[in-house]
Amino acid sequence: MEILAGDTAWMLISTALVLLMTPGLAMFYGGMVRAKGVLNMMMMSFISMGVVSVIWTLYGYSMTFGKDLGGGLVGSPTEFFGLTSIISEDSVFGTIPTSVFAAFQMMFAILTVALISGAIADRAKFGSWILFIIIWVTIVYFPVAHWVFDFDGVDESGNVVDPGGWIANDLAAIDFAGGTAVHINAGIAALAIALVLGKRVGFGREPFKPHNLTLVMLGAALLWFGWFGFNAGSAIAANATAGVVFLNTVVATGAAMVAWLLVERIRNGHATSLGAASGIVAGLVAITPACSSVDPLGAMAIGAFASAICALAVSLKYKLGYDDSLDVVGLHLVAGLIGSIFVGLFATAAAPAGVDGLFYGGGSEQLVKQIIASFAVLAYSFIATYIIAKAIDMTIGFRIKEDDEVTGIDLAVHAESSYEIGSQGANRGGYAS
Amino acid sequence: MKLITAVVKPAKLEDVKSALSSHGVAGMTVSEASGFGRQRGHTEVYRGTEYTVDLIAKVRIEVLVDDKDVDGVVSVISSAASTGSVGDGKVWVSPVESVIRVRTGESGVDAI
Repeated sequence: MEILAGDTAWMLISTALVLLMTPGLAMFYGGMVRAKGVLNMMMMSFISMGVVSVIWTLYGYSMTFGKDLGGGLVGSPTEFFGLTSIISEDSVFGTIPTSVFAAFQMMFAILTVALISGAIADRAKFGSWILFIIIWVTIVYFPVAHWVFDFDGVDESGNVVDPGGWIANDLAAIDFAGGTAVHINAGIAALAIALVLGKRVGFGREPFKPHNLTLVMLGAALLWFGWFGFNAGSAIAANATAGVVFLNTVVATGAAMVAWLLVERIRNGHATSLGAASGIVAGLVAITPACSSVDPLGAMAIGAFASAICALAVSLKYKLGYDDSLDVVGLHLVAGLIGSIFVGLFATAAAPAGVDGLFYGGGSEQLVKQIIASFAVLAYSFIATYIIAKAIDMTIGFRIKEDDEVTGIDLAVHAESSYEIGSQGANRGGYAS
Repeated sequence: MKLITAVVKPAKLEDVKSALSSHGVAGMTVSEASGFGRQRGHTEVYRGTEYTVDLIAKVRIEVLVDDKDVDGVVSVISSAASTGSVGDGKVWVSPVESVIRVRTGESGVDAI
């Protein structure tokens, strides 16, 4: 096919938008921890942009979108090694250069692993986290993204010439922008890694108050902004599908924010800013898989319902006794599951995906597919993540020393402190030389 | 010489400062403080989890005065800092042995 300038321009912008989500996430997470751990929290996201962009270029794109090695499970790591073979002018994906598609999908890999870091605030060795990123994207993200995002390549007469992943093609579950591959995947991985690392010192006893809610609000705003690239960019074109997806992304998120605040107002008596930011993220997560298959009313219903459930789910960690520090499970896993499964209920043939769900007379067929896809990703990611994290913990160790954790991870791991407030410019020391 | 220390609501700092200036007090030291008295703390809610915050933000104002000025300054501070509600703070007076002005070396009442 021919390269279209409009599509290419939109996809270049979308790619930059999705990259911006990772620093946005760093702020969202960074504001929620105590001041002594904000730099490490932000660095766990930032380092993903460094490490994953390199791995993606070397063999990640190839494992995700390369020739299927059998069963729709994983692509060949060598076919597009180094991406040299996709930079020629006639390398086209749909109506955009393959290089743009590869860059766009790179941003998803970067963000997904960064999402997990919210579960292990204040206590992970930085080197161990980097090692975890490398192994996790290789063993978990690239294969799962292949299952979900790699559609069969067909020739002009409709024959499959380049088979893709099993969820996208054999099962034909609908996951437009990554409810399973990104959010269920990261959410359940967060639970596994939180179980391996254990609770922070003082968990459930000391108040772990967010140290800067303005940073959280700014992060939520950047996430919402970047999410237009994530969702509407997943149309891989500037077309009507992208338009519907964009609209659904706004309205689901708006309804979700209102829903979270209502739950808080009724339960605690106050609508909080952290609740608004959390509701935004819950709505964005929930609409991600569904944004191409529902109408705006369906999008509102999914966003609001998912957000209200998340608002209740985030307290469960205290009852169940795991320290998912910043509620990656309560937000991304819960909203990811609801969004992915609710495609089977709220999908309407009037939307771009053209499938009717249970509520629109389509029967339960799509619903069953959505459930299978969701739990396949959940099971694989949990088991694989648990083994990876446990292996790192038993070899080089995953947690910093307790003293360092109590003093603050920023100082112990990065030799920095985030804020210099109150000293009024007085030098409190000299050069160490 | 006496040291007058007042712990008051941060929102009343400007009132106290200007009342002291009008009363002729030439200097003071102000620092941020936190604590609790009868007011106790307040409750904050983050993602549905309620935390009690015991230590409330206050400002501490310190003024050095000659013995004869103590009563005037104390009453200026306490009336300027008052809102009539719980948590208005406290003012106390302690004896001071000596005071020296760094620049000139003056000591005693001259250094105030």
